[in-house]
Amino acid sequence: MPELGRAALALCLGLALYALVAGAYAASTRRRRLARSAQNALLAAFASAGVASIVLLGALLRNDFSFTYVADHTSRELPTPYTISAFWGGQEGSLLLWLLILTGFSAAAVALSRRSAPDLLPWVVPILGLVATFFAFMLVVVSSPFDTQVAPADGAGLNPSLQNPYMMIHPPCLYLGYVGLTIPFAFAMGALLSRRTDELWIVATRRWTLFAWTALGIGQLLGSHWAYVEVGWGGYYAWDPVENAALMPWLAATAFLHSVMIQEKRGMLKLWNMLLVVLAFCLALFGTFLTRSGVISSIHSFTQSPLGGWFLGFIVLITVGSLALILTRLPRDPRGPRMESLVSREATFLYNNLLLVALCLTILWGVVFPLLSEAVHGEQITVSSPYYNFFLRVFGIPLLLLMGIGPLVAWRRASLRSLGRSFAWPAGIALAVGIVLLLLGAGSSWIGLLAYTFCAFVLGSIGYEFVRGTRARRALTNGNWLASFAELIGRNRRRYGGYIVHAAIVLLAIGIVGSSAYDTVRERTLAPGQTMAISHYAVTYDRLVRRNGPNANEFRAVLDVKKKGRNLGTLESGKNFYRAEQQSSNEVGIRSDPLTGEDLYVITDQINPNGTIAFKILVKPLVNLIWLSGLIFLIGSLVVLWPNAAEQRRLALRYRELRPLARA
Amino acid sequence: MTVFALAIGAALAVTCVVFVGLPFLREPDPAEDRLDEPGALERRALELAEDRDRALAALKELEFDHRTGKISDDDYRELVGPLRARVAEALRALEPQAESTEERVHAAS
Repeated sequence: MPELGRAALALCLGLALYALVAGAYAASTRRRRLARSAQNALLAAFASAGVASIVLLGALLRNDFSFTYVADHTSRELPTPYTISAFWGGQEGSLLLWLLILTGFSAAAVALSRRSAPDLLPWVVPILGLVATFFAFMLVVVSSPFDTQVAPADGAGLNPSLQNPYMMIHPPCLYLGYVGLTIPFAFAMGALLSRRTDELWIVATRRWTLFAWTALGIGQLLGSHWAYVEVGWGGYYAWDPVENAALMPWLAATAFLHSVMIQEKRGMLKLWNMLLVVLAFCLALFGTFLTRSGVISSIHSFTQSPLGGWFLGFIVLITVGSLALILTRLPRDPRGPRMESLVSREATFLYNNLLLVALCLTILWGVVFPLLSEAVHGEQITVSSPYYNFFLRVFGIPLLLLMGIGPLVAWRRASLRSLGRSFAWPAGIALAVGIVLLLLGAGSSWIGLLAYTFCAFVLGSIGYEFVRGTRARRALTNGNWLASFAELIGRNRRRYGGYIVHAAIVLLAIGIVGSSAYDTVRERTLAPGQTMAISHYAVTYDRLVRRNGPNANEFRAVLDVKKKGRNLGTLESGKNFYRAEQQSSNEVGIRSDPLTGEDLYVITDQINPNGTIAFKILVKPLVNLIWLSGLIFLIGSLVVLWPNAAEQRRLALRYRELRPLARA
Repeated sequence: MTVFALAIGAALAVTCVVFVGLPFLREPDPAEDRLDEPGALERRALELAEDRDRALAALKELEFDHRTGKISDDDYRELVGPLRARVAEALRALEPQAESTEERVHAAS
């Protein structure tokens, strides 16, 4: 069967190359049948990548250790769900997942755009073909998942930290986001190449961008929760380059989603939007490069990795090529619309864009600086959390404030009187919350107090928008409050779905600030029967139990937990020793309080031969709001993504019925 | 296993090649093999349509913001006039009456 996998990948490479070359030739010479044939090649490439994926999945499920990849990443003891997740647990498999999703998205984009964006499609196909060619080439020539060997008796197993249910969903979710950003990039370049720089490319890719952005956001939250429950260090985000790799394109895409509204509503920022699409896609490629080239551990391992040079070359090609296209093909209109006032909705969007891009580039600098320092001086200078946390505050706190200001300011311009009326309620709420928090002792962290005051302002502003909108709707329709509220959202899903997403970001901020600025940490070695007090908890180490799991020996400390004298029952925390992998992992114990959102988090640092255990215990206030924000974020994104029939009819009228009109 | 794999591989390759060649197999000798290309006139019409939609959306939003109280009466009066004029101008340019479309679109350029 490895022959079938190799043949399917080679076929996929040929088809992607055909889509690139024949597609570009057809678009430049305006040949209809050849263009259609290139589109079909992309659809067929998806089928080929699908066959290759089925071959690898079959080998994983059969424990066919004659596949080097299967032997390197699974073992006979590995439970079936983790055997499936081993598909993306290694370099070759994750590249195959990239190709599978890319060709799948390309096929879907071709099928969906044949009627809605026929003028762009001839040039979109070769761009998609170019990206697919690169990944298929890597899999065929540089890093094949179908290399074979004499089958060993058992495999090496999967890294223990990857043996977690989150690994079933977190990497594919991130890949949906990374790869999804290819589609807006391809349409933007297609628009430049076909000289169709009107709004069509934005309309055609709006949902793709939103989908990719949502998947990246949810994927990061799932990854954070995985780190929280599995890695066992007490946190959820460590500013690790691999984590930053997903955050950077998400920030760029966030900026794009905001600035593209200015282009749609005011016809401004065309150049900026093109640059943001290119930035988001290049950062998605860079993220894959970071995680797959070995460059993170050392610049030297990068030069030894077979992938590094190819990836870097491709990123340079995409960056230079797309910038050249933007400079040469994007028309400049000096008489175009201008910003009328610095106090307007579009101005707040612009400020938000500048802050998002500044944060994104600051993180990028933090990621590449250690690599540059090692390349130039031969010594890697680590950029750690204080650097990132500083800039997160510098750019993040004003961003939070702008989230509250934006909805209150009208498009074009706003007078002081209107602003005063709009700001009164949210500012009053924020002030009251700030004073109450100060009285409750939140002043122990001034940044925390400031962030919470701004969070209250944003929630006040969002709530006020919903109330004012519903009231206006009700006055128009004479309906009841609930119907008016539903109608308000239904008639402008982008605006009100966006507000729900903003509310999710505020919850995220509250959770992050609460769990980092107001957390408590204690470390102590306990013998059975001894108690440790932390915050309002008393934790007693009762006994150590040992169990044999399907693929690991499990050691668990059983702890009795009391909160303010009330018995909360027992909690288990310990370690797993994985037999096949000969590695251990921390298995933390977490007791969540659903009412306050607080977690008691117990890490078993060391199990000593004399029966004592070194514990590290944390109390993390409001941390569960971070996970709740993921649910709200998803709901808000779905509201925005939900098709709007009236909007679609209007766009169909614009792009289809105008054609015969113009040719009359 | 190898023969089976190669047979599936060959079938996949043949299917893909046929699928890619389908546009030529279906229309071996078409009367017209040119891709539709928007002319300058059509591009201009689209620009006008975008302008019209933008102005209509802005007008709608202005009305709603005024109704919710986000925009004061003075601001509303100042902003609504030029927006209405823009909408009217864009609609006039795209109206399929009176003169030919070509003249209308050029006149609006």
